[in-house]
Amino acid sequence: MSHHNDSAKFLVGVYDDDEVVLKAVTEVKSAGVRIHEVYTPFPIHGLDVALGHPRTRIGIAAFLFGLTGFLCMVSLTYYTMGSDWPMVIGGKDNYAYPAYVPVMFELTVLFTALGMVGTFLVSNGLGPTTKPLMFDLRSTDNKFVMAIDLGKNKKSEAEIATVLRASGAAEVNVKQF
Amino acid sequence: MAHTHSIPSLDEQFEFTAESKRRLTIGIVAGVVLVGIGAYLAAKGIGGHEHAEAAHGAAAHGEAAHGAAAAHGEAAHAAGGHHEYKWTTRLWANVWVNTIYFTGAAVIGMFFIAYNYLAQAGWSAVFKRIPEALPAFLPIAGVIALITFFVAGHDLFHWTHEGLYEVGGPEYDPIIAGKSGFLNTPFFLIRVVFYFASWYLLWRVVRKYSLQEDLEGGTEYYEKSIKYSTAFLVVFAVTSSTSAWDLIMSIDTHWFSTMFGWYTLASWHVTGLAIITLIVVSLKEQGYLKAVNDSHLHDLGKFMFAFTIFWAYVWFAQFMLIYYANLPEETIYYRERFSGYGGIYKVPFWVNLFLCFVFPFLVLMTRDAKRTPIILKIACWGILIGHYFDFYNNIMPGTVGEHGGWGPMEFGMILIFACAFIWSVSIQLTKANLIPKNHPMLEESLHHDI
Repeated sequence: MSHHNDSAKFLVGVYDDDEVVLKAVTEVKSAGVRIHEVYTPFPIHGLDVALGHPRTRIGIAAFLFGLTGFLCMVSLTYYTMGSDWPMVIGGKDNYAYPAYVPVMFELTVLFTALGMVGTFLVSNGLGPTTKPLMFDLRSTDNKFVMAIDLGKNKKSEAEIATVLRASGAAEVNVKQF
Repeated sequence: MAHTHSIPSLDEQFEFTAESKRRLTIGIVAGVVLVGIGAYLAAKGIGGHEHAEAAHGAAAHGEAAHGAAAAHGEAAHAAGGHHEYKWTTRLWANVWVNTIYFTGAAVIGMFFIAYNYLAQAGWSAVFKRIPEALPAFLPIAGVIALITFFVAGHDLFHWTHEGLYEVGGPEYDPIIAGKSGFLNTPFFLIRVVFYFASWYLLWRVVRKYSLQEDLEGGTEYYEKSIKYSTAFLVVFAVTSSTSAWDLIMSIDTHWFSTMFGWYTLASWHVTGLAIITLIVVSLKEQGYLKAVNDSHLHDLGKFMFAFTIFWAYVWFAQFMLIYYANLPEETIYYRERFSGYGGIYKVPFWVNLFLCFVFPFLVLMTRDAKRTPIILKIACWGILIGHYFDFYNNIMPGTVGEHGGWGPMEFGMILIFACAFIWSVSIQLTKANLIPKNHPMLEESLHHDI
């Protein structure tokens, strides 16, 4: 999902039906064409499996963000209440950690949430200055769009267009960025 | 992917084999022998923690009452509750722990069925016979609870002593006397009978509809089941809390926690979910429930994972407020468990926290773990053992105190109850096709894919 090659040329298959596009993914792939990505107005069950996307590592990222938040708050509470300026509150130890579990939990959640938003923006190329690749505006409405990066395929443009039409594409367009 | 599944045959008749019956019988006999050994040791004064007795007054109560409350005679009195200790108390306390534990396991079967009906959930239809089989144990648990109360009520429940309510008497306890409007034997018995009867009867109705639906089909029984499930949830919303006060919290009569109802419900719920998951996985390994796929297991794993966290949340919410407010009459509850009675409840206290939260939280975190039967089973066993210690920790200190321990009697009693429970569930499973063939949501459940 690299969006950084400036003069990429894409072939865009536009489909009318979710069932068709799901079957088309398998057909196009078995014809030896590398699919860049499929864009749909709503999530299609099993599409990620058909596309052969590797399992997301977002869970690991979330865990690490959470761990960072947790450790930050452990350090902060320990430094302020236990080490830098120890205070006796309610006759408890200086570092009475059960009292700080709620804030540790909160910071775990906060870091995870913000970290995931950041991950989402970065992994989808939605930075403030980046221009998102829009292959066909109708993929936000009622069309299912399959994008083929011509630079990453050995087959010719015409051959790929034939494969797309055979798999049920209603239109095949060229898109240059 | 849904379209790649081929749906296996839905005709599955569970067979309660002579071999399983033999094994369960051996389990029960072994349990009885172990309880016998434990009872012998307890009667002889071995195996308990009698050595802690000398330090009892000073260590447990001195620490518990925590300085300012040292002169707080009532607190010490409540904890020291039972003047004349009999070894049979430990026996009955064990019966009580297991009765509460398996009552929870049984009623959560109905709870699961009920909220799945109310939510019109589809995914769980394929294995709904398993939670449906659990509540059959309720009458047995109810009868045992009543017998225990009649035989050993005075040993287990401090509040049943008449002397506490005689104004000016030597045992008069104004705090407990103030609770007598709720905490008196007739009302207590009415409530306990009501809990078991209402839970059981509502389950009977829904179970009957479910079996008839198997024969006749249609959506009529489904609609009716939703109504009765809703009724159950209304009843259970109240009785899950009040039964926790009655059956567990009233043991430590002076102490109270507004979180306790939720806390017990959370404990029961995750125990029940672990039992349901364990049975589903085991049946699948025996070649039943072929239509149960990875996604069902994944969802069951998520359910356990989520309610493990919920339990920890409620546990901590109860603990933290008491810890931070540091009121002697509240703190004593944790003091008894953490450092009282010679520290004999400290290990169960940490085992409980570890097995009920840390262990399943880490084990069930990844997607693969929740889809792998062996890891699910390990997590289930952790949860089941952990929550036994949850109830052990809530019941034992207030009943046997320094005479408690973990030995043959405890292990034997679990064996007896567990084997009886499995027996009861197995009988229910034989009574119908393992997959509810005419359930309106079955088709959705068979294609469940996440």
